[in-house]
Amino acid sequence: MRIRALATLAGLALAAAACGNSAEAPAAAPTSAAPAPSSAAPAAGGKLVIWSEGAKRTAALKPFAEQFGAENGVTVEIKEITENPQQTFVTASQQGSGPDVMVGAHDWIGNMVQNGAVEPVNLTDEQKAGFNPVAVKAVTFNGQVYGAPYAVENLALIRNTDLVADAPATFDEVAAKGLALKKDGKVKEALCLQVAQVGDAYHAYPLFSSAGGSLFGATATGDPDPKQVQIGTGDSVKAWGKLGELGKKGVLKTSITPENSIPTFAKGDCAFLVSGPWAMNDVRKSGLKYDISAIPAFEGGKPATPFVGVQAFFVAAKGQNKTLAQEFVTNYVTNTDVAKALYDADPRPPALTAAMDLVKGNDPDLAKFLDAGKDGLPMPAIPEMSAIWEPFGIAEASVIKGGDAAKAAGAAQKAVEKSLAK
Amino acid sequence: MSAPSVIDPPKKAARHSAARPARRQVTTAFVVTRVAVLAVAAALLLYAVPPLVAAESWVALAVVIAVSAVLGYLYLSRRFVPAKYLVPGTIFLLAFQVFPVLFTFSTSVTNFGDGHRGTKAEAVTAIEASSLKQVPGSPSYQLSAATKDGELVFLLTDPATKQVQEGSTDGLAPVEGATLGMTGKVTAAPGYTVLTTAQAAARGKEIAAITVPTRGGAIKANGLSRAVEAKASMVYDASCDCIQGENGPWKASEATGYFVNPAGDVLSQGWQVNVGLDNFVRVMTDPTINTNFLGVFAWNLTFALGSVLTTFALGMAVALALHHPKMRGVKIYRILLILPYAMPAFAMLLIWRDMFNKDFGLVNQLTGLTTDWLGQPTTARLAVLLVNLWLGFPYMFLVTTGALQAIPRELTEAAGLDGANAWNAFRRVTLPLLLVALSPLLVASFAFNFNNFNAIQLTTAGGPFDVDSIRVGATDLLITYTFRLAFGSGSAQFGFAAAISVFIFAIVAVLSAVGFRRTRKQEDVYR
Repeated sequence: MRIRALATLAGLALAAAACGNSAEAPAAAPTSAAPAPSSAAPAAGGKLVIWSEGAKRTAALKPFAEQFGAENGVTVEIKEITENPQQTFVTASQQGSGPDVMVGAHDWIGNMVQNGAVEPVNLTDEQKAGFNPVAVKAVTFNGQVYGAPYAVENLALIRNTDLVADAPATFDEVAAKGLALKKDGKVKEALCLQVAQVGDAYHAYPLFSSAGGSLFGATATGDPDPKQVQIGTGDSVKAWGKLGELGKKGVLKTSITPENSIPTFAKGDCAFLVSGPWAMNDVRKSGLKYDISAIPAFEGGKPATPFVGVQAFFVAAKGQNKTLAQEFVTNYVTNTDVAKALYDADPRPPALTAAMDLVKGNDPDLAKFLDAGKDGLPMPAIPEMSAIWEPFGIAEASVIKGGDAAKAAGAAQKAVEKSLAK
Repeated sequence: MSAPSVIDPPKKAARHSAARPARRQVTTAFVVTRVAVLAVAAALLLYAVPPLVAAESWVALAVVIAVSAVLGYLYLSRRFVPAKYLVPGTIFLLAFQVFPVLFTFSTSVTNFGDGHRGTKAEAVTAIEASSLKQVPGSPSYQLSAATKDGELVFLLTDPATKQVQEGSTDGLAPVEGATLGMTGKVTAAPGYTVLTTAQAAARGKEIAAITVPTRGGAIKANGLSRAVEAKASMVYDASCDCIQGENGPWKASEATGYFVNPAGDVLSQGWQVNVGLDNFVRVMTDPTINTNFLGVFAWNLTFALGSVLTTFALGMAVALALHHPKMRGVKIYRILLILPYAMPAFAMLLIWRDMFNKDFGLVNQLTGLTTDWLGQPTTARLAVLLVNLWLGFPYMFLVTTGALQAIPRELTEAAGLDGANAWNAFRRVTLPLLLVALSPLLVASFAFNFNNFNAIQLTTAGGPFDVDSIRVGATDLLITYTFRLAFGSGSAQFGFAAAISVFIFAIVAVLSAVGFRRTRKQEDVYR
């Protein structure tokens, strides 16, 4: 009986091992394929794996990725990463199960570089010249270009032209108009600028900068210097005070959240919305008349600089097929036709100037957003930037709720300095 | 007739009992099921073999093989009946409880985190790769991959001069008589076989591996159709165990896992090192953690106890009401009551957060209040307890309903005959009997709520925050508070987070041990 049992076990193990091997063979092949590629048929050449965030963009990328695959005789696999794409990418890369090409925001670069997850991308001078200069600046980190930009996004002021015909010249005017309309019962909220209970540094930054606030000092090369945290010192304290003032007037409110800010404007309950190109779908669907302009500065203040976010293609340092990845990123997605087609599938303002010119005619809003962001600040890509978001947000929410500006500034400064002192 | 064994259905045992009464019988169906189950288990385990071989994790491979062999032997043999029942549970306990705990411990003594994920060699590769820059004034070559006598080489066209050179690991050599295509790429050359794009793509790895040495640096392929001459400005020097380059030398520090220069700056690409008890020392001595610990701990206890007590009270009350013999439509009520439990808590928490919004929330709109629920410490605490009550009471209702079925109605009826009123009958008879059954669940529920990360993070994210202490919020649990310290600000610090987890594990373990001990005493009393 025991012998029979062992024999059955052995047979079972062999059968299972055979199944396991045949199932695993294609997955295991790339890791051990280096010495024996000559035996592979040309059609089943390489495999390019691309990861992207968001269902819409993933769907938009698919046809181009497949076309690239057909042109080069390779298979292309494109996968959507929904949860925390940057961390997922960095962790998977470290384990050797990451993609060859990653699509994401330029402000990930600092963290991806310190984890050795991406490699510089070699764009020719002609290629660089074809891009919006802000986009190239954004993907440049420590003097190296780390990605091929394809879309540029920033905040602007969207207003309901039935309620406010002309673009306000100053932000004080925005606040005053909004409050007056609210008093007359024409709108329910003076301004739709999302804050929420935890604050929102991205949306508050234009006002913060216009009131004189800054996050970091600058290095000799003009890059943000993490050694000089300025979030709670000097003029930044005054900027916190200004945000507090707007809170007291009821222009900025913690009850305006990412969930309700755009819908409230689209319903006509708000005359002004501070948001980006992603809001336009809802705004257009609502049918109300609107116009887009740059976020105006405070009277006598500095310019209100929005953060500029750039979407880019990155070459994974630990990908299985770096040559193909470089080919795809440097020579394929930088193509005007591809950029235009990407725009058609997922309308984000293209980073390629030529593609922008092609689509500008059909979509005047794009040019307005581009114009609103032309003096914008590329979101700092240094890893230290991630220490800013939360303290900034919390300090913002507390001054808007009536907290003392100097105290909030000091606490934010301390919190950021502490988490950077490693 | 002998007593049937535990495994075999009595009928089958009876059928065969005449022939071999003492032993368990093996039927065809039995063998087939057993083999099928074993095959699935073995297949799952063996599925892990190729990746483990590829990753050269021999210890893990040995474990997998040993587990498969033990499983096969155990279940194909007729002996070891008790082990057949114990082994699956033990394996799951080891895999899902003991291993994660040990892994957390081992992580807590490292600096694992952003900037310290890989090995030193990987850090060096990353530093050198990110310092590669195109040699000033050098051309961007048009690249064609070709073979010459079976060896893979580059055919490089200078875009300005249209001059063609062969690039191999030996260096550059001139090529005569090459035919250029429209883009300047070589399409044919005597003595060479130019690869098609598909052929080149298939050999991408080999192409990436070719480095053509030049005077100014080295030529590497940049994709399939371009090659550039680049030079690394940062280079590892084994003789001094340092990186030579700008602002250098950057000396390797095995204590911190960074390359440090004389000025004290570090290169951001570090590696993972063992830091001993540093993370624990940091938890103990960090003033931010120290000063806030007691306050957070007190609210954490309140939240966990409050959640257990309120959910249990409401769940039990509803269960008792539905247990009443005169109650009608019990099934409908049960379905309705279980709904909150059946819906994904993740989404419900976010919906509750929006319902507590001051200007847009349903709560204020229905009540006509203008309370900023999640914006003030007291109301925020009340709100999260209410939300957790809503989410948690169906579970308590379910378990109490189950436990009530096991209490004979005669007992309460007898209490009634003895002159006890309903309240006394409940207090002296029903509740004690319920608690015997439910106390372990209450302790478990306490442990769960003590670390109920989602309930806080998705509603208040720990807030509201006081204006001058923005590191700690009024509804912060230890777990959300330390999550913010380890991940919220700046990079992910897994080593530090693991050390904190060890502390929280210790706290919950002690509290639960005390709870279970009390439970056992109670069981003794009512046994």
